[in-house]
Amino acid sequence: MYQYTDFDRQFVRQRAAQFRDQLERWQAGKLAEDEFKPLRLQNGWYVQRYAPMLRVAVPYGELSSRQLRVLARIAREYDEPEAAVYKLATEKQGILGTKHLPTHYGHFTTRQNVQFNWIPLSKSADVMDLLATVDMHGIQTSGNCIRNITSDERAGVAHDEIADPRPFAEIMRQWSTLHPEFAFLPRKFKIAITGATEDRAATGWHDVGLHLIKNDAGELGFRVQVGGGMGRTPIIGTVLREFLPWHQIMNYLEAVVRVYNRYGRRDNIYKARIKILVKAEGQRYIDDVEAEYQQIITHDGAPHTITQAEFDRVAASFVPPTLATRVLQAADVTEAALQKHAADDVMFARWLARNVAPHQNPALRAVTLSFKRLKQAPGDATADQLDTAARLAERFSAGEARVTHDQNLLLPWVHAEDLHALWLAAREAGFASANVRLLTDMIACPGGDFCDLANARSIPIAEAITERYQDLDELDDLGEIDLHISGCINSCGHHHSGHIGILGVDKDGKEWYQVSLGGSDGSDLSGAPLAGKAVGPSFTGAEVPEVIEAVLTTYRDTRNAGETFIDTLRRVGPDPFKAAANGARFKAEEVAA
Amino acid sequence: MNKTLKLIAAEEHVDDGSPKVLQLANDADPLAIAVCLQDIDRIDLNFPKFTDGRAYSQAFLLRRRMGFQGEIRATGDVLIDQLVQMQRMGFTSAVLREGVDASAAQRQFDRFAAFYQGDAVKAEPHFAANP
Repeated sequence: MYQYTDFDRQFVRQRAAQFRDQLERWQAGKLAEDEFKPLRLQNGWYVQRYAPMLRVAVPYGELSSRQLRVLARIAREYDEPEAAVYKLATEKQGILGTKHLPTHYGHFTTRQNVQFNWIPLSKSADVMDLLATVDMHGIQTSGNCIRNITSDERAGVAHDEIADPRPFAEIMRQWSTLHPEFAFLPRKFKIAITGATEDRAATGWHDVGLHLIKNDAGELGFRVQVGGGMGRTPIIGTVLREFLPWHQIMNYLEAVVRVYNRYGRRDNIYKARIKILVKAEGQRYIDDVEAEYQQIITHDGAPHTITQAEFDRVAASFVPPTLATRVLQAADVTEAALQKHAADDVMFARWLARNVAPHQNPALRAVTLSFKRLKQAPGDATADQLDTAARLAERFSAGEARVTHDQNLLLPWVHAEDLHALWLAAREAGFASANVRLLTDMIACPGGDFCDLANARSIPIAEAITERYQDLDELDDLGEIDLHISGCINSCGHHHSGHIGILGVDKDGKEWYQVSLGGSDGSDLSGAPLAGKAVGPSFTGAEVPEVIEAVLTTYRDTRNAGETFIDTLRRVGPDPFKAAANGARFKAEEVAA
Repeated sequence: MNKTLKLIAAEEHVDDGSPKVLQLANDADPLAIAVCLQDIDRIDLNFPKFTDGRAYSQAFLLRRRMGFQGEIRATGDVLIDQLVQMQRMGFTSAVLREGVDASAAQRQFDRFAAFYQGDAVKAEPHFAANP
């Protein structure tokens, strides 16, 4: 992990002090609500339906055990609503049918951050101070600025890696932090970076998607995509540069963002993202960026060129950790032991197959701790669970964990011979669901139970589908499927990129759900990034599990041997799936009853 | 950070029709006025809302790209919490919005020892200045 320097530490502390100053001026009435709001947003404080939400930045998803413990402490000691707030929330959500609103927990997001839902604003500055003790903060996790940079959850350990994206992600994190020119952009701005052959970071769906590649001469650089995004106009990014030398990336991004800052629309919030500018201006935008970039290089002297010395300094933080020194078994002995455990216990065999991924180091594995299980929403972790995760990371993974885009935790440095011990511990903690990339490993936003923007609740839909698909044989038989659920068109649950997408919509003050099929995040399984298409008019919440079942039955009936859901859908076309989905609507008399 | 930005009270900011003062609209291209820059002492850049960040890019282009040496003044919805970034982007004076209490301004400049990235005043980023 990146090791904070004294400068980095001091910076985070100064930021926390700045926030306290702003909070106190707001409390004293010296800073108006609309003046304070953009400032607190840029520190991760977002006021939701009933209480504030804090989004803590986890740069490119990397967390240490020490940081996880502080997150656990925040969940335990601070994620507690005032009694009146909680009473109102439970009453209002109770009318919709929500029986319980959890407190004292953290939530892993699709952008690899961690959110808390109940911390009173009056305690916000104390929480920022606490976060700063472990080099954490909420800088630019909300607001119209450059947001936390996301990356491949397997960065630095992936077997298919061209180059480790983390040093670049860190250098860009520093560059974008409190950038004076780009703090008030037309709209939010998200960057994702990957260094592997497979795109596990949904780069095509980002305002800027960066893919590390090597050119014919073997030099390292970036393929630069600009103008992707979800929301009400889903668009895949346009390639601006097939190859940009790595040391120029910040000079180039400066051009990309400056042209956007000057010409992006500010009159309509739904047309303010860079994707709209790129789409509307097309080649003219690209020409402007190239001209600006040339000016930065020739006239300004390319001040943000990454020097080899700076790259080396940052990259030195990302060398593989020193794992506990001990005599390792021979690989074949380890393999034989794993095989024996797998033969003895089918649950372990399933977990090995689903939750364990290969590693650059043949003696190691990358292991996913699943946060997709009954009785808790996707990506939710209680204070105790966060502490347990910290312990597991410490014992099995050099004290490091990653928040994944799919809202799980990944342990990147696990010895193959420790897999069985890890499985036992993970099972005891409730993190061993052998469902990674299967139907129940779904993405879901907090939805209408918490979020003020949501049109409908996401969690009850996720819960109903999770309850229905508990048979592991059935799940395995259905195979790898991306199910993504968003409570509104802002698409935090990435419904556009799901093989099956569910979108909450509001009709006459009631919750409805649009179902779409055929989306892709750009991974190998899913193919080129693509937005799914709606199957027809929206469904009631009660109908949704029936619709999912009908779609999956159609898949089982039409698939070829070994063919995945998404491949079958593409081969057969959407019509039989649509017909099945629409056929699952309740009859009028059933709805009335 | 040393505060060099001059704060001007709203009543002191008067338009006396001087031909050496130019008001540049927030959506105007600074490069279009390159020809007359040598005749200008001061350029006023406007913030219609403090959350509209276009003037920061305008100031950068005037200061760094075009080498304008005169005064760049921030007008409009100018608040305490944006003064540091204004100075960093090349503004030399700012007219606080009417009713804004300036007493909290100085400590905003005192707070951060330095920043990561280069800006219009100091071109090189922290890593290049402190290798």
